[in-house]
Amino acid sequence: MLRLYKTIRHRKGRLEEGKMMNYKNTKLIKRVLFIMFFLIFILIIIFPFYWMIVTSLKSPDALVNFSANLIPPKVYFENYIYVFENSKLLKYLQNSLIVSGGTTIICMWLASLSAYSIARLKIKGKKYIMAFILAVSVFPGIAMVSPLFVIFKEIHILNTYWGLILPYITFALPLAIWNLHAYFKDIPKEMEESAKIDGASSLKILWKIILPITAPGLFTTAIIVFISSWNEFLFGLIFVSKDSMRTVPVGIMMFQGEYNIPWGELSAAAVVATVPIIIVVLIFQKRIVSGITAGAVKG
Amino acid sequence: MKLSNNTENLKKRKTGFKEGIVERNLGYILLAPAVITIGIIAIFPILKTFWYSLFDMQLQNITSPRFIGIDNYIKLSQDTTFLQSLRNTVYFSVLSVILELLIGFIAALLMDLKFKGRAFLRATILIPWAIPGIIIALIFQYMFNDRLGIINVMLIKFHLINSPVLWLGTKGYAMWSVIVVDVWKQVPFMALILVAGLQMIPKELYESCDVDGATYLEKLFYITIPQMKPVIMVALLFRTMGAFKVFDTIYGLTGGGPGNSTSSISVYAYKTLFNDLDFGYGSTIAIATFVIIFILCLGYIKLLGTEKED
Repeated sequence: MLRLYKTIRHRKGRLEEGKMMNYKNTKLIKRVLFIMFFLIFILIIIFPFYWMIVTSLKSPDALVNFSANLIPPKVYFENYIYVFENSKLLKYLQNSLIVSGGTTIICMWLASLSAYSIARLKIKGKKYIMAFILAVSVFPGIAMVSPLFVIFKEIHILNTYWGLILPYITFALPLAIWNLHAYFKDIPKEMEESAKIDGASSLKILWKIILPITAPGLFTTAIIVFISSWNEFLFGLIFVSKDSMRTVPVGIMMFQGEYNIPWGELSAAAVVATVPIIIVVLIFQKRIVSGITAGAVKG
Repeated sequence: MKLSNNTENLKKRKTGFKEGIVERNLGYILLAPAVITIGIIAIFPILKTFWYSLFDMQLQNITSPRFIGIDNYIKLSQDTTFLQSLRNTVYFSVLSVILELLIGFIAALLMDLKFKGRAFLRATILIPWAIPGIIIALIFQYMFNDRLGIINVMLIKFHLINSPVLWLGTKGYAMWSVIVVDVWKQVPFMALILVAGLQMIPKELYESCDVDGATYLEKLFYITIPQMKPVIMVALLFRTMGAFKVFDTIYGLTGGGPGNSTSSISVYAYKTLFNDLDFGYGSTIAIATFVIIFILCLGYIKLLGTEKED
């Protein structure tokens, strides 16, 4: 103890003797450096998104006669009008909405049933089942597209919503099950037991007690599943070749012509496709962060 | 027919028995739909891909494949394009994951401090995560453009370069451009996981150090980093797996060019399958991708396991 006390006094003494004069200055410099670093960081994160918006508001002339104007010289809405009138963007949005919505609904159903089973019911080999489910999440999509393409062709679901919903569910399931498992496990056993005494079946307990309590967690997981389906590209590219069935990411990719890329229109479409998602993400920011990190930190 | 004449009592017992079976096996019944889906859409296709890899099989005449055993694998081991794609993938993964960890860690330390604007930082950092990878690749393709790209214009304006650079059309530069884009997209994920880890470190550890008058760096190296080791390992595991699978970023940014210099194993497999329509050999590349990722994953898990025992 004495030694500790001495070191404290010693350090304090040093600070008082030499550094007091510089102390305020270094503090100020540190603060300025911190703010600069912070601003640069934010700028780098936001800039590409900002630049996409600026590009979408530029006329073809402004795009070619390039100047480093960070603010568009004249706001030009034609790109948006063009994209809505002359491209299939609205159809792509509809397709993505149906595919991602369908995936989310089905995936949440399957995931709640299995997460409930693993977290709450008596089954053998829980550890292995969880490991198996987690293993699937590292499978590269490319390793299964060739047989799936042949199978989907045979059962005629290429170029249909099911051709995307089925693989999307499969790849969203591991994350959904892991997240829901973590939420379900935290519910105290007593809540279940009192219902059991009243004669409620396991399914009724899931439906009437577990799901309502974990509603916020379910909602978070659903948003993450929805966004990951909305953003998926590889399967969308492979299993859909008909233009009118394309999802947004693939549709926008196909804006590229053979020789030149209509950057203004492409950016306008990209803004339309991403802004709603970004708004949702910003609204539910805190939930999404906890949803993304829950599995990684607890597991 | 005799059964139908049974007394009500027996009937009751029978339904009770049935319910018992359902209730006792409910766990497996509830688990079944998800496991069956995964089995049909993930496990079975992987096995089938391996099966395809043993055949000479073109998509145009898929009904008449010719069994050739391991010939495709011999071809793979001598295929310079595959070996280059593999080298590219390793180079890309190692560099981007290291950069993501370093920048993500700094960002996480920043986000863990209490200051005005922290909420703003936490919100904006989700933007790259929320935009589809392919759209990010396209935006950056435009920003890297030699004539229209803001990056060249800015660099010239600040006299860092004299004439526009063909970032995506020059070997070497192209790979670094891909890495920059991936780092931009993935740092948020890394930072968020690391912040969650930072918040789990018990505050008492820092308090006892404060009494000793430890500097910020001392605390960082003696408390923060050792405490964060498991979380860092998990974040690295996720990101390494993601990086080895890289497809969208490269497909949208360079398409694998110039001259395969940015092609990844996934991109090469895709091109062989759906541009050349060579399903036999394409499946072989796909299986190689799967095996590499699986081995890496096992390695990480083993590392994590020994970590925990220590």
